[in-house]
Amino acid sequence: MSDKVPVRDFATDWDHTDPRWVADPYPIWDDLRRRCPVAHTERYGGGWFPTTHDAVSRVAKDTEHFTSRTVVIGNGRPLEDAPPAPIGVAPPISSDPPFHQIARRLILPAFAPGPVNALEPMIRALCRRLLDALAGRGEIDAGSEFAQFIPPAVIIRMLGFPERDEDLFREFVHVVLEGIDQPVEQRIEQFAPIEEYFAVQIEDHRAHPRDDLTTYLLTVEVGGQRLAPEHVFGTMILILVAGIDTTWSAIGASLWHLATNPGDLARLASEPELMATAVEEFLRFYAPVSMARLVKEDVDYLGCPMKRDDWILLGFPAANRDPAVFPDADRFVIDRRENRHLAFGLGIHRCAGSNLARLELRVALEEFIARYPRFELADPAGVTWAPGQVRGPRHLPLRLASREG
Amino acid sequence: MTVRVSIDVDQCQGHGRCFSLAPELFAFDDLGNGVVRGDGTVDETHLDAARLAVANCPEHAVSLEEST
Repeated sequence: MSDKVPVRDFATDWDHTDPRWVADPYPIWDDLRRRCPVAHTERYGGGWFPTTHDAVSRVAKDTEHFTSRTVVIGNGRPLEDAPPAPIGVAPPISSDPPFHQIARRLILPAFAPGPVNALEPMIRALCRRLLDALAGRGEIDAGSEFAQFIPPAVIIRMLGFPERDEDLFREFVHVVLEGIDQPVEQRIEQFAPIEEYFAVQIEDHRAHPRDDLTTYLLTVEVGGQRLAPEHVFGTMILILVAGIDTTWSAIGASLWHLATNPGDLARLASEPELMATAVEEFLRFYAPVSMARLVKEDVDYLGCPMKRDDWILLGFPAANRDPAVFPDADRFVIDRRENRHLAFGLGIHRCAGSNLARLELRVALEEFIARYPRFELADPAGVTWAPGQVRGPRHLPLRLASREG
Repeated sequence: MTVRVSIDVDQCQGHGRCFSLAPELFAFDDLGNGVVRGDGTVDETHLDAARLAVANCPEHAVSLEEST
């Protein structure tokens, strides 16, 4: 980041990795929504950033003008030899219609409310174990010692990989997430151990089929045929990437809010029935994820001269603060009853894991607050926010007061 | 007067808000998409829940109709 030219005006030169944007993007977005409302940049080879609920919704639902071939903004465009649309590298997030629907229907049953709700006791036990391990500490890093552990542990169990590999698995996540800015050759090199590990797990599942997501992906048939190996691997990578730092960011950001808003923490601790609306408001107010699209062909859209292969950054978190849709949009309202937020996107690419994310967020908060009804930031300067398209606190030093204390 | 809820299946993307907010009126299919229970008739006691389901659907897929 340090070698980049600082942004002078986000309206004409936005950069979602700019330190000001990373630290506190909301005033920037509010300003752009008033002034533009679609911001432009020449960075990353050219891109657009709509900031209103209406504009973000339109692009999210429009698969005629925009492709999901790549949903993470980088300096290059997808390689010529990368799996092309409509399948893409990580189906179905990287797929366009009509293939998208086939790939999506395959994974939706695994993330439907029935199987997801059955995971609640496991997730609760996991949260309790993590909190037990922190017992007696007056200060903890709720980012790296609590929130970070929950989603990988859940995903490793869903995939049916050995639980003893949790540390290794978290390392993979780190490689996938932190390496986004690196050159392609280095990325390929870094992915090699992940591919090897997944290959071993896949082989083990082939030899010993069992009731888990990996066996399902290996045995499910479309039109009488099993999935291509690259489809299975791509979907596993998607589950690894999309299911982990997103939810961990939502849990961390919610705890950050409670640590800095003692009134909301006190209400949630004394009125647990508020949790349902609180979870939706956390998702609206701190939606962690922005997804990208590429413009298919030159088009005038939203009043902008968009060029083929320009990026569109879908600012779901910015849309969630649009006062045209949300009364008191810039205020966190713990009992907000009407909340049509876009934290999980909109249209055919609605986050397939949204039921799981909501469950993890709710259970993590319930268990944390039950153990620690009072907490505050131990070191505000020690809080660091992840840059890029998934925003959440990586480090969150908290000072704790236990129920007894 | 009869009040009925309905779901536009072409708009529903399985956000799951309707059956979370009004489980008496909505269920879900094996893909996680919302489905209306029975013929969608809403009795007095569930009117508020029905309105919440409408107001919280991100896809504007849930609607409520009154007929006499």
